[in-house]
Amino acid sequence: MAPIRSDLMHHLGRNLTALTTWIDARFPMTKLLKEHITEYYAAKNFNFWYGFGVLATVVLALQFVSGILLTMNYKPSAEDAFASVEYIMRDVNWGWLIRYLHSTGGSALFIVVYLHMFRAMLYGSYKKPRELIWLFGMAIYFCLMAEGFFGYLLPWGNMSYWGAQVIVSLFGAVPVVGEGLAELIRGDFYISDITLNRFFAFHVIAVPLVLLLLVVVHIMALHEVGSNNPDGIEIKEHKDADGKPLDGVAFHPYHTSKDLVIILVFAIAFSAVLFFAPELGGYFLEHANFEPANMLQTPEHIAPLWYFTPFYAILRAVPDKLLGVILMGLAVMLPIFLPWLDRCKVKSIRYRGWVYKLALGIFVTSFLVLGYLGLQPVSDTYTLVARVFTFTYFAFFVLMPFYTSWEKPKPVPERVTN
Amino acid sequence: MLTLGLAFNVAALAQHAGGGALPMEPANTDVSDLAALQRGAKYFVNYCFGCHSAQYVRYNRLGADLGLTDAQLVENIMFTGERPFDMMTNAMTDEDAAAWFGIAPPDLSLIARSRGTDYLYNFLRGFYQDDTALSGANNLWLENTAMPHVLWELQGVRRAVFVDRDVDGVVVPTFEHFEPVIPGTLSEAEYDGFVRDIVTFLDYIGEPMQLERRALGVRVIGFLLVFLLIAYMLKREIWKDVD
Repeated sequence: MAPIRSDLMHHLGRNLTALTTWIDARFPMTKLLKEHITEYYAAKNFNFWYGFGVLATVVLALQFVSGILLTMNYKPSAEDAFASVEYIMRDVNWGWLIRYLHSTGGSALFIVVYLHMFRAMLYGSYKKPRELIWLFGMAIYFCLMAEGFFGYLLPWGNMSYWGAQVIVSLFGAVPVVGEGLAELIRGDFYISDITLNRFFAFHVIAVPLVLLLLVVVHIMALHEVGSNNPDGIEIKEHKDADGKPLDGVAFHPYHTSKDLVIILVFAIAFSAVLFFAPELGGYFLEHANFEPANMLQTPEHIAPLWYFTPFYAILRAVPDKLLGVILMGLAVMLPIFLPWLDRCKVKSIRYRGWVYKLALGIFVTSFLVLGYLGLQPVSDTYTLVARVFTFTYFAFFVLMPFYTSWEKPKPVPERVTN
Repeated sequence: MLTLGLAFNVAALAQHAGGGALPMEPANTDVSDLAALQRGAKYFVNYCFGCHSAQYVRYNRLGADLGLTDAQLVENIMFTGERPFDMMTNAMTDEDAAAWFGIAPPDLSLIARSRGTDYLYNFLRGFYQDDTALSGANNLWLENTAMPHVLWELQGVRRAVFVDRDVDGVVVPTFEHFEPVIPGTLSEAEYDGFVRDIVTFLDYIGEPMQLERRALGVRVIGFLLVFLLIAYMLKREIWKDVD
């Protein structure tokens, strides 16, 4: 048998080479594979924080697949939406798994994206020459927020309904055109079947198309300049005779094999939630959302899903509605300007002065405390605390040009450390 | 126009005016207890189902999950000529219900998920005699509930004793204890068990696949752990030359 087999392999190999040549003459297949996979060099000393980019990609893919499967049985109408979700949960084969994948995936995506963004703040990944990667990333984040907002109405539970009602009514705070704007978004005078249909269109088609495009340009920009690393130095400045960065290893097989480990560790944590606590105590699936939308009865306590609550807390902390909406908008937008607000030339927190470390600590604390407060019912004490942390949240950004100019960084090494 | 004020104020609405500060007793339900589920199903159709539907629940799914044959279903669960593949809807219309009780009784398919099993367990044990209420009964956990004390023959009729307490300068009547008026056919422990069976059943119909979900989770995580070990060894092998 052996000669026949080797003959077959020989033919197969020759034909594959011929096919590759044929394709490469018409499409840059081999070129793209080299540029982005086999000859894309990234630093060998990536740590824990560098896993969240690939995880964001994986969870986004999961959302696309589970979302497509959900649309096969979901009915975007006020009459049928809630019942169709229960139909998916009870009657559709594996429907409960698909639905929990999507609901857990939504929260998981925000967790990994927040950690991914925090990584950029730790190691200065938004700094020259990576400003555009950061801007495309921020655009992705805004799209995800839109996805979360539109998607949350679709189950047509009572929290879906009132959450959407409250958020859309925020647009009513805009002077002169506010009411008209809110009506334009709803397509009606209140959240209705019409609103549900258009939110469905945005959630399953409009925003995902933009999102996909943005992810492609985010990665293209990254591969053009190369990934940052925990030392915040450019590995391209030290190359071997073949022009390969001395401190870099090829994306495949090095980073792919490492990413597989990262993905599996994440998958275990993700499965623990999905299979054993899909509601996660009411944070991933809110209890009030197991009651159908009821325009005559608000839930006892309206809170947006956890990933919006830092901004919701800022909104509530401001006594004036219009000013609250403006500050909330600013709080969401301000990170856009990080590449220009941060005046320190040193990228990595490892070699930066104590001022930035302190500032980043205050920022993270503010974000977490505001996130917690946004989930709680209003009280005088909480409002006071929210105001203090709203102030520190803004101070982090507004004062950044000053304290980053003053800070005295440590010397940066020439080559990456382990 | 809905203003932000709404979002700010709804949170201030007290959940249960009379019982907000009462400690809830844990329901301690176990949805893997098949006997409890079967009893709960029977109690549910006998005591709850006259008014409350479970519109997302299918009879034959119930039968399959609870280990009941179609004959047993017809004997114990299906009283009015339903077919096994029908949903557990019932004959009372929302209009009739609104006329009789002032409000349509909620569908119970998802009540355990929206309110929690502890709440249901305490609610069903929280009725007391109140001559000012339309049905003659009030509830510690849902003040002025429109629901009559359907289980009064089992639990008996009780009077609630409230004492005035000073809370931040405001005198608030606070629940002290129950006093029996008419004894029930069940002892207190038996009644608690009865209610626990119903709540176990409600927990099950809220998410009928929950046992399957956990069982699959164990297998999925087991697989992922083995895969992780192999992936880690592969990574170590590939990275061994990198210093």
